[in-house]
This record gives sequence, C-alpha cells and structure tokens, in this order.
Amino acid sequence: MTAMARDFRLPDLGEGLTEAEIVKVLVHEGEDVREDAPLLEVETDKAQVEIPSPMAGRVEKVHVHAGQTVKVGQVLVSFGEASATPGTKTALTDGRARQAAPAAGARATPPPAARVTEGPVPATPATRRLARELGVDLHAVSGSGSGGRVTDDDVRAAASHAKQPAALSPRAPAAPERHEPARPAVERGPAKPLAAIGLQAPPLPNFEQWGPIERQPLSHLRRTIAERMTLSATVIPHVTHFDKADITDLDGLIRRNLDMARAQGVTLTLTSFLMKAAALALKAHPQFNASLDPAAGELIVKRYCHLGVAVAAERGLIVPVIRDVDRKSLLEIQRELGALAQRVREGKATLDDLKGGTFTITNIGALGGTGAIPIINYPEVAILGVARAREEAVVREGQIVPRLLLPLSLTFDHRVADGADGARFAADIVRRLEHPDQLLLEL
Amino acid sequence: MVMGDLVREVDVAVVGGGPGGYTAAFRCAELGLETVVVDAAKRLGGACLFEGCIPSKALLHIAAVLGEAERAKEFGVDFGEARVSLDPLRKWKSERVIGKLARGLAGVAKAKNVDVVAGRAVFEDSRRLRVEGDEPQVVVFKHAIIATGSAPSPLPGLTLESDRIMDSTAALEVPDIPDRLLVVGGGYIGLELGQVYAALGSKVTLVEMTDGLLPGVDRDLVQPLARRCEKLFAEIRLQTKVTGLRETSGGVEVRLGDETLLFDRVLVAVGRRAQTQGLGLETTRVRANERGIIGVDDRCRTDDQRIYAVGDVTGEPMLAHRAMRQGRIAAEAIAGRPVAFDNVAVPAVVFTDPEIAWCGLTEAEAQRTSRPVKVAKFQWAASGRAATLGRSDGLTKILAHPDSGRIVGVGIVGPGAGELIAEAALAIEAALTAEDLAATIHTHPTLSETLMEAAEHLLH
Repeated sequence: MTAMARDFRLPDLGEGLTEAEIVKVLVHEGEDVREDAPLLEVETDKAQVEIPSPMAGRVEKVHVHAGQTVKVGQVLVSFGEASATPGTKTALTDGRARQAAPAAGARATPPPAARVTEGPVPATPATRRLARELGVDLHAVSGSGSGGRVTDDDVRAAASHAKQPAALSPRAPAAPERHEPARPAVERGPAKPLAAIGLQAPPLPNFEQWGPIERQPLSHLRRTIAERMTLSATVIPHVTHFDKADITDLDGLIRRNLDMARAQGVTLTLTSFLMKAAALALKAHPQFNASLDPAAGELIVKRYCHLGVAVAAERGLIVPVIRDVDRKSLLEIQRELGALAQRVREGKATLDDLKGGTFTITNIGALGGTGAIPIINYPEVAILGVARAREEAVVREGQIVPRLLLPLSLTFDHRVADGADGARFAADIVRRLEHPDQLLLEL
Repeated sequence: MVMGDLVREVDVAVVGGGPGGYTAAFRCAELGLETVVVDAAKRLGGACLFEGCIPSKALLHIAAVLGEAERAKEFGVDFGEARVSLDPLRKWKSERVIGKLARGLAGVAKAKNVDVVAGRAVFEDSRRLRVEGDEPQVVVFKHAIIATGSAPSPLPGLTLESDRIMDSTAALEVPDIPDRLLVVGGGYIGLELGQVYAALGSKVTLVEMTDGLLPGVDRDLVQPLARRCEKLFAEIRLQTKVTGLRETSGGVEVRLGDETLLFDRVLVAVGRRAQTQGLGLETTRVRANERGIIGVDDRCRTDDQRIYAVGDVTGEPMLAHRAMRQGRIAAEAIAGRPVAFDNVAVPAVVFTDPEIAWCGLTEAEAQRTSRPVKVAKFQWAASGRAATLGRSDGLTKILAHPDSGRIVGVGIVGPGAGELIAEAALAIEAALTAEDLAATIHTHPTLSETLMEAAEHLLH
C-alpha cells in the first residue's frame, strides 16, 4: 500500500440521523493512532457516541473542531502513511457495524433519483405508513435509497420541505452574486440548522357516536389551502402589529384622478397605492422581503419585489403575484392587478401568475369588519391585512375632525423580526399612505 | 325485533371466524374495541383450518413422506411397500393437527376477551345483525366486518347428488382411497389433492379445461410440476371438459368429450366462490357484484361506511394470508389509524411436489402488459443443496426493473419454494434491488442461495 492520505468521513449513523455535533476531538495532528482507538466524541439527536479510528496511522489533519456540526460523509480526519492495512470497521459504540467510510460518504450525496409517477412507489411498508401519518404523497418524493427507494428520511424531509415553491432553492449556498447582507454583518459563526419540530394531530373521535354525520371530500384548492395554512401556522411563529392610516388625503387624490385613469382604461383603487407603499417600505426593511431557511440557518433576502394580492375567487382563496412592484408606476400596477384578478376569477390564472411572491397584501375591507389577523403566505415573512376604511372622529390640534382611517395589521414571522421591527415597518407603510405626495418623491 | 330477543351492543361485530375474521377480531380487541365474532360453527379457524390450508398440508406432508421413501430407493434405501391405515391418519390430522390449532385459537380469543357466538348472521340494517341458530340474538354494532369467506364451486351445469362426487372439503376427510379417482380442475386444489390421493395409492386421472396446468402461472415454473404429475398420475387430459356424470352401481360414469370412463370417485376442484348470499346485504349499503364479491376500498371499507369486508368475499386472490393482512387493516382503520392495504406483493404457493411459489409480477403478466423487465433464471442443477436433496429440477427466477434494478417479481419451483418465497415477498414489499439481494449473505449450502445467484445474474 502506498503512503497516501486517507480521509475518514462521518459514517452513516443509522436511525435516520444525517448529522452530528463534534463534542471533543480526542487526537491531534501528528499523533500515531492504532485501529479502534477513540478519535472523536460526537453527539447526535439520539446519543453521544465515541467514534473509533477505522485504521491505524498518523493523523495528518483534523478537519473539525469541537462544537461544529458535521454531516454524514463529511471528512473528519485525514490519515497519513499507513502503518497497517486499513480496517473496515467504523462500528460506533452502539455496536452497529457500518459500511466503510468512503461508501458512507458517497451515500450522503445520492444522485437525484427519478420520481415514480405511477404504480406503487418503492418504499418499505413502514415508510409508507409514515408517509400516511405525515400526510406526504409518496409519488411526490424522490427516493434516495437503492434503486430509488424512498426512505423514512426522504419522507420526513418532504414533510418539512415539500410545500416550498420550486423558485426557492432548499438551501442557500453562496449565491453567484451575493449582495451585502440585509443588516450589517455582526460577528457570526457558521450557519446552523434550527431544530426540527414534529407535530402530528391525534386521531379524530368517532363523531357518529353523537349523531349522524356526512363526509365531504375537499376540493383540490381547499386541500391546498388547508395544507399551506397548516404548514404556515405550524412552522411560523406569528406575531401581529396593528396600526391605522389616515387616508383622507390619499382618498382625495384617488377621487381626483379617477377620470384621468379611466381615460387610460384603468379603475384606480386603493390597492395599487397599498402595493406601492408596501414595496417602498420593503426596500427599507428587507428582512420582510425574505424567507427563512431553517435548514441552513440563513435568511434568504430577495433582491426583487413581487407582491401577492389575496383574491377571493368562487372556489376559494387565490393569491396572484405582481412582479417588480417597486419598479412599476401606479397605473401599471393597477392595470396588471385588474387583468390578473379577472384571470383568477375566471379560473384562467396560470401557475406563473401565482408563484414567486415575496410579500402578500390581503384586503378584506369589501366584506366589512374592523380588522383581521391573516396567516402568513408561507414561505414569506410577512402579510399585510387591510380592513374597511371608515370616517372617524379624530382630534387634531384640539379640534374634533372627521378623517378617513384605514385599519392595518402587519403579521410577521417572529423568528425573523421582532415587535419593534414590525412597528417600524408598519409605520413606514402608514407614513406613505398618509402623505401620498411623498410617494411622488420616491418614484 | 321480537320481544325477549337478547340484544347486545358491541363496537365491532365480525361475521365469520376464518383467518380474516379472527385476525380482525383479535386486532380490534387489542385496540380496545369490544368485539364479537359470529360464526356458523362457533369456532375460529374457518375453511383454512378445518377444510383448506391446514388439513391439505397435513395430507401433503404424508404424501411427501411417501414420495421421499420411494425416492430413497435411488440411493439404496428401501423401506419396502408402504402400508397406509386411514383411521390413524385421519385421527392424526383432525386431533393432533387441526384440533390442537383450533384449541390454540379458542384460547387466544378467550385471553383477548373476544366472544364467539354460534349462528348464522343476517344484517337487518347498517347497525344490526340478527343471529339465527343456537344462540339467537340481535347484535347492535358500531362497525361490522364481513369475513364469510368462500366455498368450493360446483361443476357448472352438472349436478349429481352422490357421495362419490367430492368437493375439496369432502376429499380432505379422506373417506377412502378410491382405486380410480378423477380430478376435475388443474388448479392448485386439484393438483394438491390429486397428488395426495396418488401418493396414497389411487390411480388419478386429471382433466383441465384449458391447455395447461395452473393457468396464469409462468410455464417454466409449471413444467417441473407437470413432469412430476405425469409420473404420479395415470393420465392428464388438457383442454378437456366434463360433459356428463352418471352414478352406476360400479361408480361414476364420466363423459369426457366423446369418451365415457368409469371412476370410483370424482373430485371437483374448479375454484371457489365468495359466500355472501343470505347475509342480508340488501338491507345495508354494501354492494356485491354478480359473483357475490364485495367491493372495498384500500381500507377494506365497503360502500357502507360502517361495514368492512376482508378475505375471500372481497375477491381474488382468495388466500388466507391476504385475508389476515386485510383483517388487520380493517381493525386498525376502524380504530382510526392511518392504514391502507397498499401491499405490492401477495405471495402465492402451490404445495405440490415440487412446490411452486411466486409473488409480484409474473413473466407472462409482464409480457401481456408490455412492462419492461430484466429476467434472470437460476437453474437448480447448479445448486449444491439441490444436488444433495436429489432434486435438481428446480428453478428460481427474478424479474427486475431494467433501470433501477428493483425486484418486481419472483417465481420459484422446487421443494421448499413455499418457504423460499418469503424472502422474495420481503424484497418486493421493501422495494429492494437485485444488488441488495445479491449483497446479502445467504447460508451455504441452502436453496435460499438460488435467490442470491439469480440476483447476481441481474447485475451483469
């Protein structure tokens, strides 16, 4: 055997574990170790284990340090000259013999497998049961096991990731052009994933014991909405900030320009101003124009501003998206909005019309009410709820005057921003709505 | 309801005490549901234990012992002429085999607090069953599971009331060893019982309507069995129909095409039919087709939300192990668990000499449906274990998906095929690949190596 460096990678830990945290490095570079001598102590979700050396030799390089999280297949230690044949043991202290490390490494990045679209999906009966429990459609999962077999890990990953639109890459590795971070970078360690949560509703009681029932299958749209709302409400810790905007002046501006707009074939409404105001405020508060990647432990800030507007169609709620709102004129926004809302109501919206949003506005004013707390359109960070504007008695300079007030609620992901951030962002939107002339300066 | 009727309320009423029924009942009880089984004979085990799987295997074991003794002459061991005494044979079968297992099931039912009620169950609506017979009562249920199984089909168009005409149930009683036995039907029941009677000393003639034994099974698997049957049986007539039956003083005159032959007994083994008549299904929303087969969804639920059905009443394949799996699914579905009968492979075994077993896709089906498969066959002539058994006529065949290498079907013929198929069923159900199978160490020298060998062929 020639004297060449041999890498020892984190072996498959079994139990569906994909990573571990290094607790202690038990060897140092230049040290001669014998086969089976303890190399590292690692901690997984399940246990703390000692990893023995799979071979005898001199430790040439230790690639990891205590506190670091390592993935299965990642190089831990490189060995120099071989003073003995490399063993094939990578048995962990739990006694489970595992494959030789290089094989484990190769396994960590399986080639993307084709999805099975029809017929039974290759998966063990236990995996199929897990998929049923987690509500995962196996046909939508790519299998990482041999021959494309879907494993328990694949199903669990699908349960926590499946709902992400394709536009978002699941991880955010160094992007080709990475702009400066949203906030001045303070001292940050390496990104670490957030802890996963596992929630499963208990089975329903048998309602027939209390009276007759009827089972109605959900429509596809209803099911999609239900899944997305469950996902959002389960995964995102919601917090809501309330405010009111005095839109007396804005209302006057809209009324004055109705005819001018109509001459161009556009019905001017408050919504386009809301969108513009939100888009401009998002520029100053980019963490609300973002998505959290818990797996990578990163905030994905979007350098584009595509706003979703919730539209109540007959079949249910649909959120079409208008692109680059920050770069369009009010009339352009209004015209696009009108055309898009019509496509949605006629059921002619394309998938592209509904994808890629960065922030959502939902106006429930038409149906009355004094306010609502919407659920965030996952995986966005925030949603602006707008209720009906009403004339209210407002005290101004000691005088009670009638003013048109618009109730707003900003609901956002508390993992990404705190109450003060939300208040400042909402105030920025309110300010623009209250002073439409200032909007002009930002165009 | 008549005044004075005993009325009992339960969570689950299981109709039929066969393998599907008792598995469902036991599982229901484990899940905390109050469960009662209504069985016409007030016993658990059903056709499987009393007139099917178990007694036929007991008899086939006797046939195998006789066959082995005969074969032993090849290597210089001669036991002389075998003498069969039917009384101890029947006693062993009914007491040591069936009786022992039946007592075991009754014990389990008692331990799990599952009550078995004797009688014929008739649905009165989607909530009640009327039990007629020794223990008349009305059972009010939240859910019911129909598991009434199947019974041997008679010869279509030919009815002859005679002790000489036997169905499989009668044949398993072994009333005597007829000199001349006609077996009608070349399916698994006809072949198994034909071999039993041939081993006991009957001159067996077998007729089959189609052009081969075991219709639907791959021909290369059937071939070794066909050769063995040609030796054991007096005659095999394919593409032959029975067109007339007449009892005479000397036996039964059977019209086969333009010939009339005389037999001492006739075994009719032309399939089984679902037993759903007289159940009162018309008072529920359960729907059965013209052959009495009840439609169920993947949780074994019928069109009536309260009523489930498992086993032979739900159609082919009419196999006890499928019924048991369904019974478990139905019980867990009733308990609100997220279950589904999503099994990919239901293994099937013909317990003849040699045995034939298969599961998943067959080669014939792959061809018929134009499904792309890679096929590897391992002839047992190259198996060390087969040579030591003096049985080199076996074959192990694996069908795999050409791209992924995933195992989609396995067929085996040879002694022990029924046991060997278990590994294949696991491989298919768990979506293993040929590589997985080839890389698993199999004990040497055993017949199980033939699966590993065939899998290895697929890797090249």
